[in-house]
Amino acid sequence: MPDDAMIEAPTRTDAEALIKGKFGSKVVFRETTKKNSKGDNEGRRLYIDTDRDTLYELCQYIHDRLNFEHIIAVTGVDWVDHMQTVYHIVNYLTAMVIEVTVDIPNDDPHVRSVTDIWEGANWHERETYELFGIIFDNHPKLERLLTPKSYEFYPFRKSYKLRGQPDE
Amino acid sequence: MSELSRTGYQTDKMWVTMGPQHPFSHGLWTLRVKVDGEYILDAEPEVGYLHRGWEKECENRTYAKIIPMADRLCYSASMTWSHLYCKVAEEALDVELPERAQYLRVIADEICRIQSHLMWLAALGTDLGSLTIFLWCLREREFFLDLNVRLCGQRLTTNYPRIGGVRNDMPYYFERDCMRVVTRFEKALWDIINLTDESTVFVNRLKGISYLTRKQVANLGITGPAMRGCGVDYDIRRDDPYAAYDKLDFEVPVLKEGDAYARYMVRIEEMFQSCELIRQAFNALQKIPKTSPYRLKVSRNIPEGTHMARIEDPRGDAMMYLVSDGTGSPYRLKVRSPVFVNVSASKAMLEGCRVADIPAVMAMIDMCLGETDR
Amino acid sequence: MGYDSILNWVTFDNPVNNAFYPFEVYNVPYDIGAKLWELIGGTLAWLINLLVPGNGVSTWLVSDAVVNALAIILMVIVIFAVGFIINLTMIWQERKVLGRGMDRRGTKIGPLGYFQCVGDGLKTFMKENVVPKDVDKKIYWWALALVIGTGVLAACMIPLSDRWFIMDFHAGILTIYALFALAPFFILGASWAQNNKYSMMAGFRAAELMISYEIPMLLLMTAVILQTGSFNINGIVNAQSEMWFMIPQFLGFITFFICAVAESERAPFDLAEAESELVEGWQTEYAGMKWGLIMLGDYFRGYICCGLIVLLYMGGWLLPGIGGTAVPELVFLAKIFVVFFFFILARLAIPRVRIDQILNAGWKVLMPLSLINLLLVVLMQTGGLI
Repeated sequence: MPDDAMIEAPTRTDAEALIKGKFGSKVVFRETTKKNSKGDNEGRRLYIDTDRDTLYELCQYIHDRLNFEHIIAVTGVDWVDHMQTVYHIVNYLTAMVIEVTVDIPNDDPHVRSVTDIWEGANWHERETYELFGIIFDNHPKLERLLTPKSYEFYPFRKSYKLRGQPDE
Repeated sequence: MSELSRTGYQTDKMWVTMGPQHPFSHGLWTLRVKVDGEYILDAEPEVGYLHRGWEKECENRTYAKIIPMADRLCYSASMTWSHLYCKVAEEALDVELPERAQYLRVIADEICRIQSHLMWLAALGTDLGSLTIFLWCLREREFFLDLNVRLCGQRLTTNYPRIGGVRNDMPYYFERDCMRVVTRFEKALWDIINLTDESTVFVNRLKGISYLTRKQVANLGITGPAMRGCGVDYDIRRDDPYAAYDKLDFEVPVLKEGDAYARYMVRIEEMFQSCELIRQAFNALQKIPKTSPYRLKVSRNIPEGTHMARIEDPRGDAMMYLVSDGTGSPYRLKVRSPVFVNVSASKAMLEGCRVADIPAVMAMIDMCLGETDR
Repeated sequence: MGYDSILNWVTFDNPVNNAFYPFEVYNVPYDIGAKLWELIGGTLAWLINLLVPGNGVSTWLVSDAVVNALAIILMVIVIFAVGFIINLTMIWQERKVLGRGMDRRGTKIGPLGYFQCVGDGLKTFMKENVVPKDVDKKIYWWALALVIGTGVLAACMIPLSDRWFIMDFHAGILTIYALFALAPFFILGASWAQNNKYSMMAGFRAAELMISYEIPMLLLMTAVILQTGSFNINGIVNAQSEMWFMIPQFLGFITFFICAVAESERAPFDLAEAESELVEGWQTEYAGMKWGLIMLGDYFRGYICCGLIVLLYMGGWLLPGIGGTAVPELVFLAKIFVVFFFFILARLAIPRVRIDQILNAGWKVLMPLSLINLLLVVLMQTGGLI
């Protein structure tokens, strides 16, 4: 198989092997412990942890070679000691979802934007930016979307307390 | 746009702000379009007027309390959203639903899909200036809302699914009522189609506007009927089945044309398929003993971990991502709303159309601001 | 004469005997006007005479000249009032028929819901008169007044029969049409003056639409005039006593019908007030009673269109085979309501057409059709068929 050929509908094992072969130790595959939920049993989920330097390259590889055409969502999670962005990427032909998790340090919340790979990530990244303060480099228009432009805080961070939430 | 730009004289382009209070925007959002005469050169949607911090609010509530909140994500497709929330919680708890609950959820979902699509068709009618389509669709929708009342006591915010099953078994004679409504509806939908598809004016309004290619659609993240009208053969119900969809036989309508009319046709066909699904689900339910459980007892606390669930909403691909920390309320609950992404692609959809096409094109993504802004 | 009784003054003369009688034939509204004045003016004269016996004012009030002048004023009011009531009936008819077609009730207040329109009129009358800050005040008000005014004027000039008319002159049909076709200019002015992008776009649409539909309409009227040899409405109607023009000119009739719907800016051709994209079109900044009057003016325009169709193609107030009846006005109105019913059906069934489609249809379909119609009429005329 030539190195740059596109595999239209990779199975879970194919995808895992290919990504492992390409990125080696930069990616970590997580196994799921679920037994009853259907999706995992039928091999439609792949969980990958990676670092933020590899992310863009990995996404490009997934998109160009493995034919994962569609990004479902970009999610931000505030783990208090660090931030996290989660990407759910789907292949239309196998309906397989790759979940890529990237850790981001609190003091330097930058990550490469994937909007130029998937235009669909555009608003999700804007949303994650305004709610978590994670800055997506190379994003075409990183502005506040849902919250007013005058906000100077990031409401979905754990440091922002709601009424009724205990102060730690 | 080069074929549209005129030579010889300069025309002024202007930005027109449509919304947040505008007859075409079904809900509070703004579409700013740059027009050259009647042609649209650029479009920029603005949302967020209804941002309630839904996801953050959930971090403050126990898992059970979030079900009615999930209803409020979308007023016309509440069933699928509460179903989705229950599904992500079930994946986290790693439980298998009782069979009866699976079929009941399919029935409830498909009722919800039909009434949501009817609301869309009604709105499309007013967008194109035909009040008759609007009222006929709402008349048919009323029967499905009545079914909702029979099933769970509410018309719109149904609050029916529960983590580990459904709230109640179906009431007496529900199957009979449901079959009556479905049989009636299949006839009535043809009446409405006679008003729409048989009318050259209606078809000409939709045909040939807002072309999108398969590549564009995949890249822009457009999902749902809008995507299937552009040649992407993908439906979570069939490709990544949940509830009892893998045991039922149905077709996913896909059209390759990629214009607004194809998106319209996909939705119409989906309504017929939903009728078929309801019928099959009832047939399957008859084989399950009436005394079999419809709900599991599940723990209040969800074990630590991250979980993802997705579902085919009437509007597209809905997903929830749950991060639980082992306590009684979620650590983070992300909602992926299909309309949120679809509306972000409005520039691609509207470029080159005329101002008169804006309502028709935007109707095809079936705006629902509750889930868009969350 | 002993001025002792009111009856001495209320003479109820035959108005035709009035020395200043302005018409050549008997005119019902003038008669009503003259008799009304004889009642009012006669009572006034009698009362004045009771206070100041033998004065000159009393005799002047019932002299031929004064009766004639006031009869004309009252006649105009009567004609307008009847036109207004016809309009209310048309609105009621539309709402009822639409309601039936859409499986709802339509209007509900009053007998058969007839007074709903009156209630709605009162409601708009109570609304605050909002004028946006940045409008061009002069044009804003004048254009509005002229849009409605020309519409009402042209509607009042539609004769209901050969005895119910404002004026019977030889270019009657042309005058009505000229007044009717003035509206696009005022609409354009009104839309420009509002300083609103929606209004401006709608104003352009209205102008495009109306201009491209006026020409086929005029060509179709030419065919009718050619067949009749008269611009006079009476002449056109009398020429149809044997056969309605819709039979030899069926093509023209259909084309004229479509043009008329477009010209009166009714759905499915209501692009200029396409509420789904342009809010309320060129009426966006006209709030309250201004909007109410525009709505009324719209129905007056619809009435003119129906009236023109009936006059040009459906034999006016004459019935085929019977000719004139005892109440030709009612025959005419019945025909108008029938035509309007088809207008409503079009609105019920068809969504709004897009501007480029409508212009294409206007220039590429209706225009050639009207020319063909003209050619057919010329051929038939020279062949002696009609």
